[in-house]
Amino acid sequence: MSTNATPRSTVPRDRPGPTPAGPFLQVRDLRVHFPTDDGVVKSVDGLSFNVERGQTLGIVGESGSGKSVTSLSIMGLHPPGTAEISGQVVLNDDNLIGASPEHVRRLRGKNMAMIFQDPLSAMHPYYTVGHQIIEAYRIHNRVSKQVARKHAIDLLDRVGIPQPGSRVDDYPHQFSGGMRQRAMIAMALSCDPELLIADEPTTALDVTVQAQILDLIRDLQQEFNSAVIIITHDLGVVAELADDILVMYAGRCVEYASAHEIFTQPRHPYTWGLLGSMPRLDRERTERLKPIPGAPPSLINVPNGCPFHPRCAYAQLTGGASETQLPELVETSPRHFLACHLSAQDRQRVWDNDIKPSL
Amino acid sequence: MTSAPTDAATTGSHASGQGEDLLVVTDLQKHFPIRRGLLQRQVGAVQAVDGMSFSVRKGETLSLVGESGCGKTTTGRMLTRLLEPTGGKILFEGRDITHISAGKMRPLRRDVQMIFQDPYGSLNPRHTVGTIVGAPFRLQNVKTEHGTKKAVQDLLELVGLSPEHYNRYPHEFSGGQRQRIGIARALALKPKLIVADEPVSALDVSIQAQVINLLEDLQDELGLTYVTIAHDLSVVRHMSDRVAVMYLGKMVEIADRTPLYERPMHPYTVALMSAVPIPDTGRRTKRDRIRLEGDVPSPINPPSACRFHTRCWKAQEICSTVEPPFAELAPGHCVACHFPENLIDLPMPTVHAHSPASPQD
Repeated sequence: MSTNATPRSTVPRDRPGPTPAGPFLQVRDLRVHFPTDDGVVKSVDGLSFNVERGQTLGIVGESGSGKSVTSLSIMGLHPPGTAEISGQVVLNDDNLIGASPEHVRRLRGKNMAMIFQDPLSAMHPYYTVGHQIIEAYRIHNRVSKQVARKHAIDLLDRVGIPQPGSRVDDYPHQFSGGMRQRAMIAMALSCDPELLIADEPTTALDVTVQAQILDLIRDLQQEFNSAVIIITHDLGVVAELADDILVMYAGRCVEYASAHEIFTQPRHPYTWGLLGSMPRLDRERTERLKPIPGAPPSLINVPNGCPFHPRCAYAQLTGGASETQLPELVETSPRHFLACHLSAQDRQRVWDNDIKPSL
Repeated sequence: MTSAPTDAATTGSHASGQGEDLLVVTDLQKHFPIRRGLLQRQVGAVQAVDGMSFSVRKGETLSLVGESGCGKTTTGRMLTRLLEPTGGKILFEGRDITHISAGKMRPLRRDVQMIFQDPYGSLNPRHTVGTIVGAPFRLQNVKTEHGTKKAVQDLLELVGLSPEHYNRYPHEFSGGQRQRIGIARALALKPKLIVADEPVSALDVSIQAQVINLLEDLQDELGLTYVTIAHDLSVVRHMSDRVAVMYLGKMVEIADRTPLYERPMHPYTVALMSAVPIPDTGRRTKRDRIRLEGDVPSPINPPSACRFHTRCWKAQEICSTVEPPFAELAPGHCVACHFPENLIDLPMPTVHAHSPASPQD
């Protein structure tokens, strides 16, 4: 699909910070395949995007669409020998695919950091929260334990942990779910990373805590001017945070545009389906939801042609193309990329008649 | 601590005056003992549920919402008697089932079934779909006209699976399909009441809509009554006829769906609603969100009087000294708060740009 897809041109941004030749993070034609006994699982199959500093990219998709695998490849967290990774991940003019694990390890924490979905399993139960923050900080900074401890307390205070001076010596199990997630954010931020990847950062949390965490990520991003990638299945969460949104289906990008366009002028039938299938508080209640029929495909046996065609209500409008040819990701209008066989007229007609009135 | 068992259960049900009560719960309590030391003496209790009163009408969907740890799952498990209540009373079709023995409960299990949250954990991986869905028939010694296999296959069709799936194992199915298997099992004996604990929260958005529609179709077709437990307020609005909001083991508000979403009265409900992320970038700046500070306090040592006063922006001195009564402030709309929001006695402009509430809601 996107071997020759040009990710959108770098937008000039009036933000401080170094401006290297290319975009801050550039992912080009990323492919992550897992060989298994049953066949090759093509978790990510040709994905390209850019993220600038100070900018937030939201990656949206269902389970098994390759969102998390993408983030783990950027961080270099796939254990060696398990995955076949190809393509380019260029962070600050430094290609991470093919770089030595030691090199990537030194970048991790300092240049890029990750917030995981489940803080209880991402933290070590045997060590105190403070110990875990201090450890990461001292690896990248030559400071005394006292200085590092002071830094950890400051961070815990910054993310809103009450009485950070005493809670720093608590173990993860002594924290509530929301506090653990904050502590993990503090850990991820301990070295002011330039790239922050948040993989479903609020999925395990209640709405009130979720709102606090989203506010926190937004505030911290403004303060540190980091690039943020937020991975989620919840369109509400990306609407709160993201500047750009990339919609993934079966390991590929199907639509990539600014958040505003994705919510006001979505063009891919899958994006329509996602938006139409969720009940929304800001709309009048409808009698019935409109689900996408069927289930996401197995990544061992991705359907021929457009992977979405078995579930697509408009596949027959393409004259059979969707069953045989893989649609290219093309720029249908400035900064709006789309991989779909529907003709512009058909798309407009369907949008005007079927989709727009009901969204 | 023990709140006065108000008549809320009955007042709530007078609201629209339709349908009789299938389930009446009065002042339901569940305290989990905390034991310490050599002799395992009880040193305290987790007051998971502390005085819940409500009723469920035949054919309606009542949703329990609240943050994690508020006792909604514990309540659901007491309704199905998977947990023994510490106090209070549960009447099912007028019969007291609060403390009846497991043996006496067994025939009732035909009428009260449960759908579980986790479609992975609630199906035995070593049993085929046929065994899983057929288990209720075996356990209850129910003979069906054309044998159990036929009955199971009919059930599979009813929930949108293929009858050929009879001999497959749970691992061969996706999450949405497994949830359908769980639903088929719950439906096997044609229950009257189904308690569904987060039936769709483990599913993907596109699958979630399929299962919600299925549950609604089944309700229309079989006249089921649902008590759903959920935390996603958009899903709850879609599914429910009435909604009960819980905070730290107590019910703080109960009302019909439309009044609750358009004129929430309890500050906690207002805060919950404002925290829901809206999938619309245009709203990012316009919304004034109420930010609740901190976490839910521990149910071991809950705050005095109104349990929400530690996080409430409207709290005054009375809130920490006098427990607010659970009072009916509008027809069918009961709230436990000293300073309720949206308290206007007559028709009023709605909060959202919705059409006026239809009377049958």
